[in-house]
Amino acid sequence: MRKNKLFSPKLTKKEMNEFEIHVKHNMKRAYFTALGFVGSHDSAVDLSQEAFVRAYKNYKKFDNSKKFFTWYYKILKNLCLNFIRDSKKTEKKEFLLPVDDFLSPENPEIGYERKEIQKEVQEALFKLSDEDREIIILKEFQEISYKEIANLLEIPIGTVMSKLFYARKKLAKSLQGVLR
Amino acid sequence: MNEKFLHLMEKLFDDELTLEQKQEFNELLNSNELYKKEFEEQKRIKEVLNNMKLKNPSAELWDVYWEKTYNKIERGIGWLAVFIGTLILLGYASIEFVSQLYSDESIPFLIKFGTVSLVFGFLVILFSVFRERLFTFKTDKYKETQR
Repeated sequence: MRKNKLFSPKLTKKEMNEFEIHVKHNMKRAYFTALGFVGSHDSAVDLSQEAFVRAYKNYKKFDNSKKFFTWYYKILKNLCLNFIRDSKKTEKKEFLLPVDDFLSPENPEIGYERKEIQKEVQEALFKLSDEDREIIILKEFQEISYKEIANLLEIPIGTVMSKLFYARKKLAKSLQGVLR
Repeated sequence: MNEKFLHLMEKLFDDELTLEQKQEFNELLNSNELYKKEFEEQKRIKEVLNNMKLKNPSAELWDVYWEKTYNKIERGIGWLAVFIGTLILLGYASIEFVSQLYSDESIPFLIKFGTVSLVFGFLVILFSVFRERLFTFKTDKYKETQR
């Protein structure tokens, strides 16, 4: 650890150490959540770190009896949504990869086809609303349980299931060619 | 879509169905062609998604992630201090400038009035920016995008 103390007139040393542990414990989830929202590596790094900066500034308001990530998620989500709203649509979206055994088929033609599927899935995900894409990324790519998604989005589990069903249905509509 | 069927299907995908629920799901599935069609479509889209994963960044990112976040926090505090300092010095300099200008009797009244008006406007803008910055620092400006 290079620096044990963060300069802040507000936080105690104990709180500062706690905060550092929270960042290290949640940084991967934070990055992948932002990546799912904005679709680009650089922006995902920036936004996830900026959300930690904001979480730090408001750390006194955090209720320690609750999960840090649930609290942090709201800050990150709002930052990402504002970023999407304000940014020009020109940023290259590249955030998916085929899983290993799917990527290296013996036949190069199939490999090309699979790369095309990957592109189509990426595009289709970005045609969805932020809300639909969010729930698909959380469940299908981050493999978060229904219960935790319900906590993050502050909705009942039944609603999570319904939203997932309809989000997949919209995705299927955009991916008719792939699903055939 | 039948909520019961939908919830059972989601649980099936997560391998969370009890034997009784599995039976109930199969009964529902066999009772309606539409359910079968929806189930097949959902299964297929899940297969396509399961063959993809989120792109991993380079491992070095995790080594420097905390350090970079720390630097951003530190810089934020630094910028705020610079901003407050600049505001105080500019405000003080403006007041000094105006009082010296007024004590100089060789300068025509119109020039004095114009200069005071300019400095006053500048101070009002500075104060307004400061208040806005302070307000956004203390409150969540992203409320409007929350569901």
